[in-house]
Amino acid sequence: MSETGAMRDHWYPVGMTKQLTEAGRDTLLMGEPIRVFRDGGQPQVSDGAGRALPVIDRFGHVWTSLGTPAKDLFTIPEADQPGRRLVDVGVCRVRCSPLRAVENFLDIAHFPFVHTDILGSEPHTEVERYEVEIRDDVDEVWATKVKFFQPQAAKSAEGGITTDYMYRVCAPTCSVLYKTCPPKPGEWDVIALFVQPLTETLCDVWPWMALYDDDAEMTDLIHFQQMIFVQDRSVLENQLPALLPLDPGMEIPTRADMTSIAYRRWLKRHGFTYGAQLVAA
Amino acid sequence: MILYDYILSPSCYRVRLMAALIGRRLDLRPVDFHPGQEHLSEPMLALNPAGTIPVLQDDGLVLTESTAILTYLAAHDAPAWLGEDTPAMRARVAQWLAFAQRLTDSAGAARAHDMLLAEGEIAALRGQATQALRELEAALSAARRRGEGFLAGNRPTIADIACFPHVALAPDGGLPLDPYPSIRLWMRAIRALDGFIEMPGIHRLHELKPEPGPMPEVIRKEKA
Repeated sequence: MSETGAMRDHWYPVGMTKQLTEAGRDTLLMGEPIRVFRDGGQPQVSDGAGRALPVIDRFGHVWTSLGTPAKDLFTIPEADQPGRRLVDVGVCRVRCSPLRAVENFLDIAHFPFVHTDILGSEPHTEVERYEVEIRDDVDEVWATKVKFFQPQAAKSAEGGITTDYMYRVCAPTCSVLYKTCPPKPGEWDVIALFVQPLTETLCDVWPWMALYDDDAEMTDLIHFQQMIFVQDRSVLENQLPALLPLDPGMEIPTRADMTSIAYRRWLKRHGFTYGAQLVAA
Repeated sequence: MILYDYILSPSCYRVRLMAALIGRRLDLRPVDFHPGQEHLSEPMLALNPAGTIPVLQDDGLVLTESTAILTYLAAHDAPAWLGEDTPAMRARVAQWLAFAQRLTDSAGAARAHDMLLAEGEIAALRGQATQALRELEAALSAARRRGEGFLAGNRPTIADIACFPHVALAPDGGLPLDPYPSIRLWMRAIRALDGFIEMPGIHRLHELKPEPGPMPEVIRKEKA
């Protein structure tokens, strides 16, 4: 299956605004060649036939759509709070379904094994019960009251802490997580994963953050997140089946996978199947 | 010693790993290589006109080749890592240090292409990397038949540390290591060294941690 389906009319990241040049760069969006460039200072995107595609410049990235988006790109109100540092982490290409990249971002259970002694550690491997819902008013998947013990939750963390998380899927290939902000209790750090679907089994991942951290060098913040994401990369490239199964039966979820189950259900409900597989009943 | 470093760079990891194995503390200066291209900034080019990292600075000495940095660290703190002091063994180590550059230029470039969208003819790079991996497999297989576990004899040297990162990360560039059993055993031996540290994409040996409880009766009997 390589129909773009209902995902065609949604927004996708296709580059970092800061890196745009007039010469531009050629890339793919759901199998179709596009060009991302700057013209008269403004970000532009054109398709293979030279037709101008819609453009939004937000969260440090350029967004476009092959179709006709019915609504604006999502917002992250917390990211506009004064005093936050906005971090463009830079692209990382992964040979996996764009939907698998998002699903991995939603998973907590792998922390002690893949991000050992940073986002998790043995024997603190249990994922306690948390709450998941599909919020119909905003049409987003939300997981709340997630708690996990972390040896080094963020660049700014000193020593192990139990970290609170909230996860949000706000577009087919985009997720935002909110987590305890060590230097500013009561506020949330914002970490987003923006995924550009190149094909059904290849994606460019553009992590982005809006953090309260007055001390760390920008390069340290970038490297911390790159380290975390590249620890995930080899795992993602080895997941089978490559296309994310939306029907039960191919994989057996556990209680810790509630967010993933809701995400798959939400994808199926909307016909967001680019990078997914459906099993005939 | 100051190391201009990038967390995702296998060549920088060579130096971090070597330092960890011999207990040398490094003062790390992270360079925004990607996406910031800081290695091509004026201050970095003043330090290293070649525009590459790692760069090691120590007492007015500036080293810009990672294999030379390994040589320096070992000579400075732990000469046993230079290999046995015989003409043949010193030459073998030098041979593998040069070979490590081939890995950087092939497997390393394939990984940079696949992961960070660097320029490159991917098919040609993978072809060159495959050739290098086959040579390494043959050499390690022959070494095992001689009863040697490492590239230059029976103990790890800077030759192993120079070659290990790009080999271990080859799958990141679309080069699976399944066809190379001797390489996989050798990598396991390196990961089991005291003081070994990871980098993103190279995991530690979880399974070497102590067993959580007493060994089951049946296994104890078999061992006895």
